[in-house]
Amino acid sequence: MLKDITIGQYFPGKSVVHRLDPRIKIIITIAFIVMLFVADSFYGIGIGVVFVLGSFLLSGIPFKMMLKSIKPLLPILIFTGLLNLFFISTGDVLFEWKFLRITTGGATTAAFMIIRIVALIIGSSLLTYTTSPIALTDAIERLLSPLKKIKVPVHELAMMMTIALRFIPTLIEETDKIMSAQKARGADLETGSFMQRAKALVPILIPLFVSSFRRAEDLALAMECRCYHGGEGRTRLKQLRTAPRDYVALFTTALFIVLVVLADKML
Amino acid sequence: MNSFLSAQNLKFSYINNIEEPPVKTEVLHGVSLDIKKGEFVALLGHNGSGKSTLAKCFNAINIAEEGKVYSCGLDVSVEENLLPVRQRVGMVFQNPDNQIVATIVEEDVAFALENMGVEPKEIRRRVDEALKIVGMYEYREHAPHKLSGGQKQRVAIAGILAMKPQVVLLDEPTAMLDPSGRKEVMKTIKMLRDEMGVTIVLITHYMEEAALADRIVVVDNGNVVMDDEPKKIFSQVERMKELGLDVPQVTELVYGLRKEGVELPQDIITEDECVEALLELFKEN
Repeated sequence: MLKDITIGQYFPGKSVVHRLDPRIKIIITIAFIVMLFVADSFYGIGIGVVFVLGSFLLSGIPFKMMLKSIKPLLPILIFTGLLNLFFISTGDVLFEWKFLRITTGGATTAAFMIIRIVALIIGSSLLTYTTSPIALTDAIERLLSPLKKIKVPVHELAMMMTIALRFIPTLIEETDKIMSAQKARGADLETGSFMQRAKALVPILIPLFVSSFRRAEDLALAMECRCYHGGEGRTRLKQLRTAPRDYVALFTTALFIVLVVLADKML
Repeated sequence: MNSFLSAQNLKFSYINNIEEPPVKTEVLHGVSLDIKKGEFVALLGHNGSGKSTLAKCFNAINIAEEGKVYSCGLDVSVEENLLPVRQRVGMVFQNPDNQIVATIVEEDVAFALENMGVEPKEIRRRVDEALKIVGMYEYREHAPHKLSGGQKQRVAIAGILAMKPQVVLLDEPTAMLDPSGRKEVMKTIKMLRDEMGVTIVLITHYMEEAALADRIVVVDNGNVVMDDEPKKIFSQVERMKELGLDVPQVTELVYGLRKEGVELPQDIITEDECVEALLELFKEN
């Protein structure tokens, strides 16, 4: 059951979006988020939505996946929607019952906020759907590399992320094993009050921690044996290279931002 | 100095700093060992005998307290020799899961080369070459956690091979594998020696694997106690048992038969030899 967890939610593919340089993809995603927050009219946000839906179509990721990415955030969406709906009281009153009062201003703001958040989720999940975790880490390392000058341990952080990603499946498998072992000795993990169940997790977490430390020691040794000595003088197997399509994508994004600003101002 | 790996009167202690005052445990008490280029040496000894510690002295993971260690002509205690020694003397460990760093097979094989600062084009070439040698080229884009134990261990070996080492130290590489995985790994190890001339030091608990070596070194209590070719080592069945070690099953069988008065040669260590000797015996009678 634990094995089904996928972290990063990467969907391998060969579309244009997949093939974009991960650094460019991160920059575009940030630009897109800015675009959404700059927009303050339905026209502006509409252009943002067109942008993200267009990218989604290009990526060839099934539509179902888009819905799936929104699902876990549904409670937040509903909460934000209701909050805006009931507590903003500008414009004409549409509906009134006891202390509840819905106004046109509230309704439009609620709709606006929901569209903005949905677009935000789709945009950022598109990044993780089309970029492998390792490429993402790599891109983050390179985008942040100027920070090395002010002594931010960028390489070490990226290495930690890579190792964490690498060990997630291993540790999940291990947790499964420990759980079975403890169940075989009569541990009860499923029944009882919340506190009892929380306590039952202790005999699972402790062996997991102990074995993680052992793994860490082994790994450190194996890394040393393979000449690891930090990020200094390191080269990479896969060089990140920007292709013309990356510039086209950047240009298109810039164009959309301009469009959003213009749409807000003019209409 | 014509030996390839050489330890002279090597002493090594582990220091436990948690205790106050620190507790020092001497693990190797003056070991001297010379290994020639291209040799396949099996290092035997029961748990805690110091065999892994000894192996780790050859690639500068452990630095000798006393005595000298030379690997490929380099003094391992010299700071500047650290990376060159580790590049020349690769090491493969027991648990394949704990020595794979990256999330994609080929990236893991490239890890050592990336650390060494090799040009990306050259990395690509050497990664492909190493993966082909161990027969894992088709899996280069797979995630390591989806491979079998034997396959993972072969990826780990490829990661070492990519450095183009002259010596490969293997610390119980088959201990966590199933029989078919064990076979895969042993085949790979033999090929390294036979076709690429890599010097092999294999630590193992499987006597059948040790029987494949050119030479067996038995370590007991931090000292080298036996050092000879497999036939001569395994024919001393009683001595091996005394040291808490086994002999290959066929040797055990022959030993038992000889005790019962069956006339068989003493130095049988492989199944084929045993079959032949028995057939010979039947013909005579």
